Amino acid sequence: MDLAHTPEEDEFRARLRKWLGEVLPTLPPKPSPDEWPGRRAYDLGWQRRLYDAGYADVHWDASPTMRLIFLEETEKAGAPYVGAGFVGLLHAGPTIAAEGTAEQRARWLPPILRGEEVWCQGFSEPDAGSDLAALRTRARRDGDDYVVTGSKIWTSHAEVADWCELLVRTDPAAAKHRGITWLAMPMDAPGITVRPLKTLAGSAEFAEVFLDEVRVPVANRVGDENDGWRVTMVTLSFERGTAFVGEVVACRRVLRELAAEARENGRWDDPVLRRRLGRLNAEFRALWRLTQWNVSEAELSGGMPGVGGSVFKLRYSHARQELYDAAADVLGPESLDLDRPWVLDRLSSLSYTIAAGTSQIQRNIVAERILGLPKGR
Amino acid sequence: MRFQLTEDQRALRAGVRELLARRFGREALRAAVDEPGRLDRALWRELGAAGFFALRLPEERGGVGLGLPEAVLAFEEAGRVLLPGPLVATHLAAGEVPGAAAGEAVVADVGACGLVEWLAEADVVRGDAAGSVPLRSVDPLTPLHRVPAARGVDPVAVLLTAAEQLGGATRACELAVQHARAREQFGQPIGGFQAVKHLCADMLVRTETARAAVYAAAVTADPADIDTARLLADEAAVRGARDCLQVHGGMGFTWEFEVHLHLKRAWVRTHRAGDATESEERLAVDLLAQSS
Repeated sequence: MDLAHTPEEDEFRARLRKWLGEVLPTLPPKPSPDEWPGRRAYDLGWQRRLYDAGYADVHWDASPTMRLIFLEETEKAGAPYVGAGFVGLLHAGPTIAAEGTAEQRARWLPPILRGEEVWCQGFSEPDAGSDLAALRTRARRDGDDYVVTGSKIWTSHAEVADWCELLVRTDPAAAKHRGITWLAMPMDAPGITVRPLKTLAGSAEFAEVFLDEVRVPVANRVGDENDGWRVTMVTLSFERGTAFVGEVVACRRVLRELAAEARENGRWDDPVLRRRLGRLNAEFRALWRLTQWNVSEAELSGGMPGVGGSVFKLRYSHARQELYDAAADVLGPESLDLDRPWVLDRLSSLSYTIAAGTSQIQRNIVAERILGLPKGR
Repeated sequence: MRFQLTEDQRALRAGVRELLARRFGREALRAAVDEPGRLDRALWRELGAAGFFALRLPEERGGVGLGLPEAVLAFEEAGRVLLPGPLVATHLAAGEVPGAAAGEAVVADVGACGLVEWLAEADVVRGDAAGSVPLRSVDPLTPLHRVPAARGVDPVAVLLTAAEQLGGATRACELAVQHARAREQFGQPIGGFQAVKHLCADMLVRTETARAAVYAAAVTADPADIDTARLLADEAAVRGARDCLQVHGGMGFTWEFEVHLHLKRAWVRTHRAGDATESEERLAVDLLAQSS
């Protein structure tokens, strides 16, 4: 049991840190959160720089520990996050890498790594959220195409995406997990309508996507017909793996800033608030250790991130909401001013116990797959 | 970075677990409850012979020569089975108090809250125990005395106490899950009901988060890591025992079923290392130190 790094890992960290020091001052100014074409260009531009410097495939090819170091150092340096590259780099790309044909990998992976194409995710539907396998978007075979009709919801980056990793029902007669197929749908195909949804934070993070007789070539199918559920599970385990590493580092920074702000505005003298910040320090220190524990486990087992990610996500998503509630207490009445730091973060933190599997679904996963409790209603 | 148990550490844990299962099983636990205040000296010497107290003492001084991570694993096992006695105090006295390392002497410490565990059975008491008054201990397996003078606590004692809490939390979760799988109501195991299932899931989340914190503190011995481990492990142990009790329904409220022993011991341990608010205050100040 140790927390020490190998000389190779230390060297990787030092080289990355040096490069970040050089490249970050040369980045263009960050676009406003509501300016989507600008955000796309900014996020892809960052990915291109990573590609040129040899860091583009760190999420795919590097060891779990190297990935941890990468995410830790980029966050500490204040580098951009994957942003619009999220689905390509952390969902669709890894899925295609694991399940796609040589031809499919050659077509889709290089543009993701070079920061040329954006992917979005067409999984959830208005009537299939937590019960993802209940999805009803239909695809019927017509010659060399699937013809797709239905609707998707909570699709991040849909307005600026080139491709959509799409789950469709190809066999309505089969049991619900069995009749699903994974398709790569070009977002410029006729019959696609994107309607942006405004979040409670006032931002346009995701959209509804309506599909009316959209033709998707059969060649765009990853995995076998009706095998899409298994293919999808590969994707989801990536999402719950190291996806939150950078955020834990960021939360620890916010916590230090909160302490400094409380000291500044006098609220530090309130022992109740002070101890609450102390307890949050313990919470995020422990979450960082849990991350290191999970990463080491993945490293030693050589496998994909497993259900341990659900344990982490449950604790983290709750802690993040606690953090920003504490921020509101540090700010006092200022917490009602949207122009103050942390106020928008407080609003967006409300999605954490819902997105990527609600806390209730995560508890079912932990109880059934780790503890072996029976499935129930 | 290999933040996982090594082969040797797994073997050590298995060895301690086997020894404790053999020497302090369910019947021994019941017997200890029936005879409160009496320490099993033969078991104490056996623990000494197995190296429980001399674990971190260097080999040239007759010890086992292992480190904090190994000690944490051993104390976690002790916490799992509710092993009674001033284990932490005697472990810390190894090499300083004659006989402690070998389990020949029982050593008690005056704690941070002015409490002494196992004072009457101790051969040696460290700290000022003058004016001690026995109290009717809530935990039948931990006799307590109150003393006027409190004593500063060694951070290693805080960490080993957190390791015991982790073991208790782990056991409480196991007991709850076993019961939830076996007990049927409304024609199905109660573990199939989300209201029960989610209690169990939360127990595991608290336990595994505490485990990462406790093991990390064992590796770094950093004071802020130890305070973190303490807060997380106290929470996992106390709430774990409470939820385990709840999952067992009426059985959970009986003297016969062991969960109350876990809860009461967890309460005792939360006071051994001083008030939790002191750990919180130190971790608050730690934030300022990092930001300047």
